[in-house]
Amino acid sequence: MTLSEDAVAMPLLSVRGLTKLFGSFAACSHIDLDIAGGEIHALLGENGAGKSTLVKMLFGVLQPSAGQIVWQGKTVTIGSPGEARKLGVGMVFQHFSLFEALTVGENIALSLDPKISLAQISDEAASLSKAYGLPLDPKAHVADLSVGERQRIEIVRALLQNPKLIILDEPTSVLTPQEADRLFETLFKLRDEGRSVLYISHRLEEVRRICDRATVLRHGKVTGACDPRQETPASLARMMVGSDIAEVHRESVQPGEVRLDVADLSVPASTPFGVSLKNITMKVRAGEILAIAGVAGNGQGELFDILSGEHTVPENDAVQIRGRAVGEIGINGRRLMGASFVPEERHGHGAVTGMPLSDNLLLARNQSDRRAFLGGGLFSIIRHASVRSATQRVCAEMDVRKSGEDPAAGALSGGNLQKFIVGRELDRQPALLVVNQPTWGVDAGAASRIRQALIDLARAGSAVVVISQDLDEIFEVATNIAVISEGQLSDPYPAGTLTMERIGLLMGGVHERHSGSEVAHAHRA
Amino acid sequence: MHIELEKRAAMSPAFSILSPLLALALTLVFGAIMFAMLGKDPVAAMSAIFVEPLLETWSLHELAIKAAPLILMGVGLAVCYRSNNWNIGAEGQFTIGAITGSYLPIVFYDWHSPLVLPLMLLLGALGGALFAAIPAMLKAHFNTNEILTSLMLVYIAQLFLDWLIRGAWRDPKGFNFPVSRDFAPEAVLPAIWEESGRAHWAFIFAIVAAGLTWFMMRYTLKGFEITVLGQSERAGRFAGFSSKKMIWFGFLFSGALAGLAGICEVSGSINHLQPAISPGYGFTAIIVAFLGRLNPLGIVASGLVLGLTYLGGEAAQLSIGVSDKVTRVFQGLLLFFVLSCDTLIYYKIRITWTRMRGGVA
Repeated sequence: MTLSEDAVAMPLLSVRGLTKLFGSFAACSHIDLDIAGGEIHALLGENGAGKSTLVKMLFGVLQPSAGQIVWQGKTVTIGSPGEARKLGVGMVFQHFSLFEALTVGENIALSLDPKISLAQISDEAASLSKAYGLPLDPKAHVADLSVGERQRIEIVRALLQNPKLIILDEPTSVLTPQEADRLFETLFKLRDEGRSVLYISHRLEEVRRICDRATVLRHGKVTGACDPRQETPASLARMMVGSDIAEVHRESVQPGEVRLDVADLSVPASTPFGVSLKNITMKVRAGEILAIAGVAGNGQGELFDILSGEHTVPENDAVQIRGRAVGEIGINGRRLMGASFVPEERHGHGAVTGMPLSDNLLLARNQSDRRAFLGGGLFSIIRHASVRSATQRVCAEMDVRKSGEDPAAGALSGGNLQKFIVGRELDRQPALLVVNQPTWGVDAGAASRIRQALIDLARAGSAVVVISQDLDEIFEVATNIAVISEGQLSDPYPAGTLTMERIGLLMGGVHERHSGSEVAHAHRA
Repeated sequence: MHIELEKRAAMSPAFSILSPLLALALTLVFGAIMFAMLGKDPVAAMSAIFVEPLLETWSLHELAIKAAPLILMGVGLAVCYRSNNWNIGAEGQFTIGAITGSYLPIVFYDWHSPLVLPLMLLLGALGGALFAAIPAMLKAHFNTNEILTSLMLVYIAQLFLDWLIRGAWRDPKGFNFPVSRDFAPEAVLPAIWEESGRAHWAFIFAIVAAGLTWFMMRYTLKGFEITVLGQSERAGRFAGFSSKKMIWFGFLFSGALAGLAGICEVSGSINHLQPAISPGYGFTAIIVAFLGRLNPLGIVASGLVLGLTYLGGEAAQLSIGVSDKVTRVFQGLLLFFVLSCDTLIYYKIRITWTRMRGGVA
């Protein structure tokens, strides 16, 4: 196929005045965007800025309310993801859509023409993955793979369609630094072949490193288009949030009494695809922030459940809060001892999406604040008025932006809901706070606010455990850092003594531990 | 032209009220079409079914009698469904409640005391709850699908009743007819207003149960627990609520109310046990619960509407000469339309007329 001179000069994809309305709310408003052939184009923006809505329209998941999508010079209507694929648009979603019980090859085959044989698909996938430096075994079961490997499946699946444009939604949020580097090499290779990449991220350093051009969205509108290499992270962030992001300040305080003590706790996996925890030992003192780093799916969720008491353990002494054995005590019992918990998943775990904020406040505090929120003795009648005023207090304290007095949790953007969930716990001034992925999928402004709140809490004398995949975050807040890998927790290291690279190695798990003698030594100690 | 369903940003409060009314209107329209196709005058037929029963005192009493078990069971089921437990076997719990409640007046028929009636009601509720405990136990401990187990237990309950009536509990003076002994007067649930008609206290129980349940759901921690666990088990665990205990609560609560409805029906309306004690109240109560938006106050209204379909069906048999199966047809139409109209709460319909697209043939 030969392209005419005109077509080469013409952008691969251009979007004119694209608008998406949900009711009267404009998720995207008059977006203009041009993606040239063979470029890596960044789409930057806070959560709720309209990035996802925009790419969903480009991929045919949503239909625009107004505006035009021009593909290679022709105005097109993209009615479904199938049509998008036919045009030559591939997409790798932030949340993978893979069946864990099936093999890599089977997962790929599911998205393709049913007439092609599985063997043929597996061969193609294997050769393709090799060519792009994304090694994959088509016969491996997805359940056994790391998140990075799962992402490769999604990428290979998209590449099999021979797309001209690949859309990647927050691809590095789940990767180790080393895995991310590998992904970048693949992206460069794709670009060199003349394919275009639309790269969605809010990691500014990354965007500056790999992207040729960037379009910045805020509140559903384009607020800037630039060459990210000419910008500083600070100037990019300004375009994203519209104001300078507050820098997180911290001073260390003298650690006090032990607030959380876990001694040699092993817990078998509760589901076939779960992770079993092995010999977990940790101590957290008042005034300390222990950060637990690790790649997703290495036992963080299981560890959180054990610490929170959502999953109780028969070894009552193995978990102690403020010197009292709590292994067999449930989450509300632990809350009554002054502990607070923020789970990773906001929707359907930390909050019930369909319920108003005030009900979601009661969700976590129905026993710990029994006296304030419940009346009527045994009948436990809810004092809606005092729950609501506490909700307003939390929202004001954490600057939660919401529409209306008491909206449903699901109506808030990710960042605002997370601020509310964290604020709900901080409002209690807990003696111990355990938080899993405090700023996962949260915009830069909200993230810095949450991190500052965690640091302030520790400074005020609480013990804090932060489980996180985000190394920048860990270095920002932690006083001590431990790494979890395959259900095993390393010894804690003072934050000042660790480098990104060293943590990356620890996160990589067992074999690095065997080869890296220095690290292995630290483990034995 | 194509029709699109567009998800609303938030659920529409207007449509959560309008949807059941819309469903009701559509049912009436389709009912009228059905009668027209049968060669009957649709207006006369609809009025015979839905209007005439409301014009006379005696039939208003009948309406209260029919609505009472529907409301009692609907309220119990609504709580159970809200907690994401699917008890489909209210009909069986109703039957078992009728049997256990009848134990005193049938076995100890010569015990005359004012205590008989309260004890009967208690035993009825207890029996219904215990029978509902079977699917609860199966679900809580073996993760069995409660929809199947509770449904299958209905047939066991009905056959057990049949066996009892033809065997041990058959009236010795009943000429071998499959009926039990008649209840003594102190075992009969009294009428609310003797002079006016035969509607009995079951209707009062139903209204009280609906009111109390409404209060529980709206103002107490228990109601909150039910709603949270129903929407997200994981969030419920985070709140310190146990979904296993909720399985028990949901089934025992709905089972007890179904059992109470059963003994009230037998004691108040039939006055003895017989193989057929319910025209499918337990299944109709499922429609009642959904038509009432799983809200106890809404269920009072929907219970009356569905009660009317029973009366209307009987009337239709007499006045227009169609089978009383017409009741079932209306109930089916109604459930169908309720569930489809509920889509409008979360989605809005957008009709797009074909647009001219430049350059595309």
